Amino acid sequence: MSGLSGKIGTRAVVDAALARIDALNPKVNAFTDIVAARARATAERLDTIGAKPGPLAGMPFAVKNLIDVAGLPTRAGSRINRERRPAARDATLVRRLEEAGAVLVGALNMGEYAYDFTGENVHDGPSRNPHALDRMSGGSSGGSAAAVAAGLVPLALGSDTNGSIRVPSALCGIFGLKATFGRLSRAGSFPFVASLDHLGPMARSVADLARAYDALLGPDPDDLCATERPAEPVAQDLDAGCRGLRIAVAGGYFARQAEPDALAAVDAVAKALDARQTVELPEAARARASAYVITAAESAALHLERLRTRAQDFDPAVRDRLIAGATIPAAWVIRAQRFRRWYHAKMAELFRSVDIILAPATPCRAPLIGQANFTLEGRTLPVRPNLGIFTQPISFIGLPVVAVPMWLDKGLPLGVQIIAAHWREDRALRVARTLERAGVARAPVAPL
Amino acid sequence: MTDTVPLPSDDARAAALDAAIALLGLVVAPEWRISVLAHMNVTAEAAQLVLDFPLDDELEPAPVFRP
Repeated sequence: MSGLSGKIGTRAVVDAALARIDALNPKVNAFTDIVAARARATAERLDTIGAKPGPLAGMPFAVKNLIDVAGLPTRAGSRINRERRPAARDATLVRRLEEAGAVLVGALNMGEYAYDFTGENVHDGPSRNPHALDRMSGGSSGGSAAAVAAGLVPLALGSDTNGSIRVPSALCGIFGLKATFGRLSRAGSFPFVASLDHLGPMARSVADLARAYDALLGPDPDDLCATERPAEPVAQDLDAGCRGLRIAVAGGYFARQAEPDALAAVDAVAKALDARQTVELPEAARARASAYVITAAESAALHLERLRTRAQDFDPAVRDRLIAGATIPAAWVIRAQRFRRWYHAKMAELFRSVDIILAPATPCRAPLIGQANFTLEGRTLPVRPNLGIFTQPISFIGLPVVAVPMWLDKGLPLGVQIIAAHWREDRALRVARTLERAGVARAPVAPL
Repeated sequence: MTDTVPLPSDDARAAALDAAIALLGLVVAPEWRISVLAHMNVTAEAAQLVLDFPLDDELEPAPVFRP
């Protein structure tokens, strides 16, 4: 996708993207804001300055609406936040993408305050899965995944606290990257759970994902959690292949609670990579439980005053979870944070014997919009919190993951998590690229 | 797993929920309460899994403040 501006001009590329958004967004409801005038002005500036095109030259992109866009109130999927003063400046990651030549075209639908795996939103309506419009896009970065899968933009930014990049990437059949915790700046984004929040890119090709990631890298004094490690770009070695990497499939917890198709997707990836080893992540169920408890408490604390004064203005499905989270004992939360330390140490040990771990991204394909429950291992469970059972134990300790899209048949896609050790995004992306080049993982534009 | 904390009863959880709601100054409409309590119960079950796992006293919480 890169290099377009050099041939036909960024303005033409941006006009085409805006026209496609106008035509198709009513079907998928991915965008909540379209910044057409800004996008055209940016494109014209890029076309006229005559400077060397950046690595993302002419690439239109959009961001989940919890990421600051100058001039827009950062609504974070809520009714309440859209009353906020418009953001005075763009978020760090928006600035970095535009410095690399990309052009922001809008902001994207999401589950309220990111407490969601469905892509539904009571205020803005659900973002729809472009591959089946009656199906969930996944959440909470549902608009980001839907926009990319529908071909409205080649690149979007999402956020991932417990799986909110990986779940919608899986359900909509695109590539998503959740980098190591602290790797990418969160400055200028509306928080959800400070202990667990990440931002990251979503795209239809691994090359675009890697180029965007490289552009997003770098320390940021505006984000206290941002790493001070120097940028470690990956794009130049993306085609280095997987030779020598020790790749294993996650067993135990990750081989249960899933529909057979979700496990078949993992098997297909393992076969393509000739990965025969199985590893068991230590106490994955407790890791997920700990993430659940920390999420409940921190998000509730963030929203406490709004719950006190504006409870009726929340999405009821989010409000009731937040209220419950506000009431839990501090001892539970601190215990979960201490468990997090234990789990981190055990996972570091595990990564001494493997380089990459494969696991399903979701337990099933995209459920129907409005579907409240599904059945996993014979148990009927609510969809909203449980679509992320396989993503939560990974983001809990901030491991880098690429979600790769798999198409087992003519039905909807499934995602597989390519999980690497901390700070080894390069390895996860190389594996994703290998799968893409082999035709195993792919992200076609949805026919709409 | 030798030190399992006994599960609080449903009544205890409901009482704790109502007390905490009052303590925090939240107003919960009667029609919301059953859903809020259900979420409290799911979170309590998750917490129980964590509480049941023995950890060394010296193990520090994951977030570290660095001045």
